[in-house]
Amino acid sequence: MFKILQKTVSTGTVTANYPAEPAQISDRFRGRPSFDFEKWKDARPAAEVCPTGAISLSDKVDSRKVTVDYGLCVFCGLCAEASFEQAVRITQEFELATSDRRNLIFTAEYTLNADGTHRGMRKVDRQWMSAETDVESMGKKARETIQKILGRSLAIREVDAGSCNGCELEIVALNNPVHDIERFGIQFVASPRHADMLLVTGPVTRNMELALLKTHRAMAEPKVVVAVGACGISGGIFGENYASLGRVDKVLPVDVYIPGCPPRPQALLHGILLAVGRLAERLHNNSAG
Amino acid sequence: MMTQSTSAVFEALRQKLGPQIQSVRADREDEVYVLISDSDIRPITAHLRAEFGARLVTVFAEDRRSVEGVFFNYYVFEQKGNAQYLIVQAPVRSDTLEFPSLSAELPAVNWQEREIQDWFGLKAVGHPNPRRVALHDNWPDVYPLRKDFPLQTVLPPFEGERHIYRPAFGEGVLQVPVGPVHAGIIEPGHFNFAVAGEPILYLQLRMFYTHKGTEKLFEKLPIHKAVFLAESISGDSSFSHGTAFCQAIERAASIEVPLRGLVMRTVLLELERICNHVGDIGAIANDVGFVIANAHASRLKETLVTLNEQMTGSRLLRGFVCVGGVRRGWDQTQLNTLRDTLDSFAREFQDLISLVDSSESTRDRLEQTGILRPEKARDLGIVGVGGRASGVDLDVRRDHPYAAYPRYSFRVPVYQAGDVWHRMQVRIDEVNASIDIVGRAMTDGLQREFRVPVPAIPSGRCALSAVEGWRGEIIHWIRTGPDNHLERCKIKDPSLNNWPAVVEAVQGNIIADFPVINKSFNLSYSGTDR
Repeated sequence: MFKILQKTVSTGTVTANYPAEPAQISDRFRGRPSFDFEKWKDARPAAEVCPTGAISLSDKVDSRKVTVDYGLCVFCGLCAEASFEQAVRITQEFELATSDRRNLIFTAEYTLNADGTHRGMRKVDRQWMSAETDVESMGKKARETIQKILGRSLAIREVDAGSCNGCELEIVALNNPVHDIERFGIQFVASPRHADMLLVTGPVTRNMELALLKTHRAMAEPKVVVAVGACGISGGIFGENYASLGRVDKVLPVDVYIPGCPPRPQALLHGILLAVGRLAERLHNNSAG
Repeated sequence: MMTQSTSAVFEALRQKLGPQIQSVRADREDEVYVLISDSDIRPITAHLRAEFGARLVTVFAEDRRSVEGVFFNYYVFEQKGNAQYLIVQAPVRSDTLEFPSLSAELPAVNWQEREIQDWFGLKAVGHPNPRRVALHDNWPDVYPLRKDFPLQTVLPPFEGERHIYRPAFGEGVLQVPVGPVHAGIIEPGHFNFAVAGEPILYLQLRMFYTHKGTEKLFEKLPIHKAVFLAESISGDSSFSHGTAFCQAIERAASIEVPLRGLVMRTVLLELERICNHVGDIGAIANDVGFVIANAHASRLKETLVTLNEQMTGSRLLRGFVCVGGVRRGWDQTQLNTLRDTLDSFAREFQDLISLVDSSESTRDRLEQTGILRPEKARDLGIVGVGGRASGVDLDVRRDHPYAAYPRYSFRVPVYQAGDVWHRMQVRIDEVNASIDIVGRAMTDGLQREFRVPVPAIPSGRCALSAVEGWRGEIIHWIRTGPDNHLERCKIKDPSLNNWPAVVEAVQGNIIADFPVINKSFNLSYSGTDR
């Protein structure tokens, strides 16, 4: 007993204060690849090495459309290594969660030289807007919502619909003393009947589709669904095949998408807080209606 | 080419089964193929086991109909004290598509033979329980790993029975179904417990809920992209599976990874081991109510995954290993972080273990709980942590040295008691050994290259690669094809061997102890299901 207390005292507080304070992350962390579309003279090497097709090309005789999809990205950094003149850089950004799948997709159109390199850029469809809302105020607002509307507790049911277990590891890490998601009154629950939020990982397998649907059905309204990781958002590297249905929103309506492979705990927290906002809206609409 | 012991094996085999042996070839010094003309593997297996104490490591199939007109089964054997793998390649009778089952003799291959049935449509004759395992019962009759089955086949949504469980009868006997969605944040699988009051009579499993066509998908991806698929076989073993895969390619293409690359792989393989073992030690304590120990363990694990990120850019060590070595070198700052983090971790780990050791109630709950007897472990072919706690003295790092392991001696912990407590002890001993290995390896070969350029991968080469992941023996077997693609990629995660151990170990224990027994094995569902 004495030993336990001594260890507790000598350890002190280790909990990080994200998002009130910036996340402490290693300077080697590979976050969002950032594209300087103007500078990009050749997208082919990056598309060639991209393991999941997050960078894809559609070529016509003298023009090229490049599509970048952060929903497919596994943040391997190969695109940056393959591109010249720093047209692609790896940043430390991880707050990529969004409620609109389209926010993760970007396109650029180029005219081409004879050798297939880019002669000029015709247009870019949407540049990356950093985090959907101001993260810090989002955290504050989520806390208020949980405090006031949800009776100080938000319950999440997690379902692995076919994941490799990578996302689960990071979701479990949300419960460790460093990330300690319970400081927001958020807890993971065993029964979907207790849950306000469904957190889904993995490409949905043919064998898990029914279990996922049943879990969703068992939840009381209002509820929100969060798709976690490249696989949950888009099918990831597994995609669609005889055993895998791919993305979660083929099976369930999804409210928030959290990119990553897997998303780090702070990225998950960011997405969950964003989803709390969606839930608050829904609660508000319900009471107004 | 061949060492003495292998030639001895061949001579003996030739004398015994002369006419059956068609050819022998040593693709590499430690990987020898014996092609036999008969599909009956039983006498050879019996002989290898009886005369040489050989262990059947894994069994898998390949559809070679379009090239050689037949399906082949491959039986991988190893022998204690011999670094070679002996791979017997047996054609499957093309008229009946049947092969003789070994499962009655060798329960260790029970699931693997059934997997061949499900995925290739071949029949294991004489199998004691030939029901489906890798596809759920009501799947249509498709054979996904046949070459004429397209990966993208769209099947109708699943309906009906997934598995018929044996009923349990008797006064007060109940069946308790659990899963596939579990109470905690874990992977999906279905457990059907037959209980008499609290004690478990027996447990039936329905796995493969996360089957996502991984082995088939490997045949469609170019090799440099397939590395990332390998990293996604089992999330907590990303680096081990990634390394096993790259090693297989390197062996096939005779690529020599420079020393520094091998050393860095070794360091990261050990970091993966430490990280997962610490998490498990905490989780085992947690499952018997020692929450504070888990709080410390998960805090320590967080410092280790942070270190992972510092070393590789990814908390799960992803995107770092590559064919030819590793993607980047380490600078002095990284090496300093590695040393400092590991030093303070080593101290704190001793504190954690002393907390667990001095908790009488924890010890009381873990000792004699979930016992897997050594003879059962041997019969079931249990590997890794679960095996070593039950007297199975196997460790790929020592038995088939790879990466830079030949440079560092270490002790392989083996216990006979086979309970949860000793599965935890194995982990504790291994963490200590790993800290030592990393300490020695950290700066080894520092001034040298960590990666070589990769030539075009030649077609038609086979290679077996083995890695001791933190969970146990990982096997990848590949056949290369044209244009930087694979014809076949067989993945065997240790979990596939070890699920029967869970079934065995829970018998007679109270159902409330199931979580901690399950955790003490901590098997990968995704690694099993692929």
